[in-house]
Amino acid sequence: MRLHKELKNHQREIYFFRFRLIVSFVFMLTLVVILLARLFYLQIIRQSYFTTLADKNRIAVVPIVPNRGLIQDRNGIVLAQNYSGYTLELSPAKITNLEDTINELSTLVDIQPKDRKRFKKLLTESHTSNSYPIRSRLNEVEVARFAAQRFRFPGVEIKARLFREYPYRDKTSHLIGYVGRINDKDFAELEQKNLAANYRGSDYIGKIGIEQSYERELHGTTGFEQVEVDAGGRGVRVLSKEPPKSGSTLTLTVDIKLQEIAEQAFANYRGALVAIDPSNGEVLAFVSKPGYDPNLFVDGIDTDSWDALNNSPDVPLNNRALRGQYPPGSTIKPFMALSALDSGTRTANYSINDPGYFTLPGNRHQYRDWKTGGHGKVDMFKSIVISCDTYYYGLATDMGIDTVHEYLEKFGFGRKTGLDMEGESGGLLPSQDWKKRRFNQIWYPGDTVSVGIGQGYTLVTPMQLAYATAVVANDGVGYRPHLVKQLEADGTTRVSPIDINLELHPEHLALVKRAMVAVTLPGGTAAYAGSGASYSFAGKTGTAQVIGMKQGEKYVAKDISERNRDHAWFIAFAPADKPRIALAVLAENAGHGGSISAPIARKVIDYFLLGKVPPPVVPEKIKGEAEND
Amino acid sequence: MINRFQQRFMSHLDPMLMGALASLMLVSLVLIYSASGGSTDRVLAQFINILVAFAALWLVANMPLHYLIRSALPIYILGMILLLGVAFFGEIQNGARRWLNLGIATVQPSELMKIAVPLMMAWYFERHEATLAMRNYLFAAVLLIVPFALILRQPDLGTAMLIAASGFYVLFLAGLSWRIILGIAITGMASAPFLWHAMHDYQRQRIMMLLDPSQDPLGKGYHTIQGMIAVGSGGILGKGYLNGTQTHLEFLPERTTDFIFAVYSEEFGLFGNLILLAIYVFILWRGFVITANASTYFTRLMAGSITLTFFTYTFVNMGMVTGILPVVGVPLPLVSYGGTSMLTLYLGFGMLMSIHSHKTLVQS
Repeated sequence: MRLHKELKNHQREIYFFRFRLIVSFVFMLTLVVILLARLFYLQIIRQSYFTTLADKNRIAVVPIVPNRGLIQDRNGIVLAQNYSGYTLELSPAKITNLEDTINELSTLVDIQPKDRKRFKKLLTESHTSNSYPIRSRLNEVEVARFAAQRFRFPGVEIKARLFREYPYRDKTSHLIGYVGRINDKDFAELEQKNLAANYRGSDYIGKIGIEQSYERELHGTTGFEQVEVDAGGRGVRVLSKEPPKSGSTLTLTVDIKLQEIAEQAFANYRGALVAIDPSNGEVLAFVSKPGYDPNLFVDGIDTDSWDALNNSPDVPLNNRALRGQYPPGSTIKPFMALSALDSGTRTANYSINDPGYFTLPGNRHQYRDWKTGGHGKVDMFKSIVISCDTYYYGLATDMGIDTVHEYLEKFGFGRKTGLDMEGESGGLLPSQDWKKRRFNQIWYPGDTVSVGIGQGYTLVTPMQLAYATAVVANDGVGYRPHLVKQLEADGTTRVSPIDINLELHPEHLALVKRAMVAVTLPGGTAAYAGSGASYSFAGKTGTAQVIGMKQGEKYVAKDISERNRDHAWFIAFAPADKPRIALAVLAENAGHGGSISAPIARKVIDYFLLGKVPPPVVPEKIKGEAEND
Repeated sequence: MINRFQQRFMSHLDPMLMGALASLMLVSLVLIYSASGGSTDRVLAQFINILVAFAALWLVANMPLHYLIRSALPIYILGMILLLGVAFFGEIQNGARRWLNLGIATVQPSELMKIAVPLMMAWYFERHEATLAMRNYLFAAVLLIVPFALILRQPDLGTAMLIAASGFYVLFLAGLSWRIILGIAITGMASAPFLWHAMHDYQRQRIMMLLDPSQDPLGKGYHTIQGMIAVGSGGILGKGYLNGTQTHLEFLPERTTDFIFAVYSEEFGLFGNLILLAIYVFILWRGFVITANASTYFTRLMAGSITLTFFTYTFVNMGMVTGILPVVGVPLPLVSYGGTSMLTLYLGFGMLMSIHSHKTLVQS
């Protein structure tokens, strides 16, 4: 009985146990169902979502920066090029203590205080890039030394990059300009123009000069590469590739040899020279002195070099050819003469008797001629050859400011020439309207008198004056000046539109041209510069006053501090009968146009027409005969 | 001759379980080759792990049951001493005190406790089978709670929970009343806020990550997110063996160990998962059959606990990889790389086989 009971208990226990076992089995199967449901959800319902995420994990789109287009002169000599080199770059986001890291790095790689300053400046100017160079152009020893110690420097990398280089340095600084690293301002502009995508991966952008004006053409189109990367971000293989399109090579209209001759001819003078082919508007030389080394700006200029350039009294950063505005002085006279002839204010034979000064009716104020005592009997031809002021005082007064303004505007004064370089100044051509707006004053007859000899309010840029000279040289037809002759992309030579067509009377033109040729012949104001020229050399001297002279005071150059001395102008074209070159030269504080600027023009034209290379100039010793203007 | 070999060596091995273990061994070696990026060294090391574990399995399977019963108390005491040793002299790795350096080898005593705790509890219930009363369940619970608390303090939430589960299964199969089970469940839920408060920061973060892994995709949520991406992007048929991008581009963490299921899912897809799950369910079923047919109270409790715990491991690992459970550091049983867990699991299967074969011997 007891055994039976135990057996029965045993049976009961087994049933009880098996029930519990089945409960747990069902529980486990529930877990299996949960897992299956989850797997079904992940692998079927959300499969495409997770596939996208997996692809996003592994596929990185890497921009491939296009090579920037080269810039060459009209003969194919390279003025801006790319070369590959190594930079040492820091990613501030990955570095806890920048200062310490840089100190550590300086034990391996030469890092100067100026590099540090430049680096700090870069950090404050740009937030669009991940890494910034502390040193560029590492040599192979430095690269090897860093590579061996790399593991110590997370967030520091050596990168191979293309660098922009300007082999002609300061000789092309104002022409080519430079590229620099893209800063926040540039980036905002790119975003505004919807170009930011094309600059993914680009570090540089044209900041000034041709590099800036032709940025779109030079930059090219950024390519993209789909790369499979691992969790550490290392590329494993390339999945697809859209190659970049290199920027277009630009061929300039400028002849770099001619530019160099002009540069040398200036010796130590500050100033500018613009030479134009009058038959098509091609700019042959574009000089602004002094220049600077554009290579300094490419990777961010250090503060010391920047201060030196920015605070120099010579203002080397100022593009004088494009932006420098000066009174034209007597170089305005041929244009005044043509205006007077065309408007009928003067005839060729009309002559005055010059007493050495001019007075307005009812006024005792004497407007003096540069020559005390005067030039005697002066007609239009002579007025240009000897640069008679008195003749033009009267001429301007008779024309009246409205007519003067109307005509000078036709020659392109008072507005931008439309040169294909950004930042051009338009000069100043005064008028009654302008004076009212500017000073809220009426126009006085005395104002007109000064305008007649290119003083007073009138301001011109060397670019404008060169263009106006080219218009006269080309018989009143002006082709808009331009600096880029050819774009590699289209291959065709650029033809400028005709901007100015004055329809001047051939006799009037002939008279003024003859007079300008006579300027460089014995008896003319630039006879010294013209002596021995084997071609007909037309020119006109000019002097732009820096400080005004009181009544009865006499200008004596040696008594005046150098920076207050007059600026010397010279405009020229040659050969006079069929001009191939027209130019304007400005030498700051050089005194008379005839003695300093005209010889510079002569050297440039000699080289251009004859291929004559002048002997090296010994600075301080350019001295012409004591000719006057 | 062949028959004699079979008699001598194979008689105590259960062919069905052996077949399932062999399939999972194959899966393990194949996956470790892929997950380690083609490292034959890793595959060989795992093969040796399995051989060693198999030797232990064979020994235990051939051991008469009374050896097992007699070993319960000494193993439990040894385990407790080692656990206390860890608490006082343990080595800290990855912020947790789990390992004990014994001079010849570094061991993780919590692994031993996975076997020792249910063994001890089953042994205890067997001794008091005739007169089971409430106090016996209470004492058994103490046998469970002490090592559980020590392991929780290391801290090792995953192992502690699994040991708690294995102990709970013994209690459940031993007939713990439903009322108490319900009571524990309700108390557990009610005390959740206090538990939350008592948890370590990293444990809380893991739970938070489970609720929203995108909160910190590169930090604590990284494991879960990358695991889910690997599984989900595997799709129905998978990306193919050795072609898993998450695996081979190293986005997936712990590829050969805790997250090996993600490697499998990515490369073999839902289809492969169904086959793998089928193998695990087959083992589960076979374990239940053995348990149901076990002849003594001790063996029933032990076999049931081993079987249920094994499947719980599987569920916790797969649940963690697919993002339905927090990342607690539980390997995929019989597949993940690692000698200790392999050994523990094979020991468990050795016991199952011993329980099965020695019952048969007794009957015949």
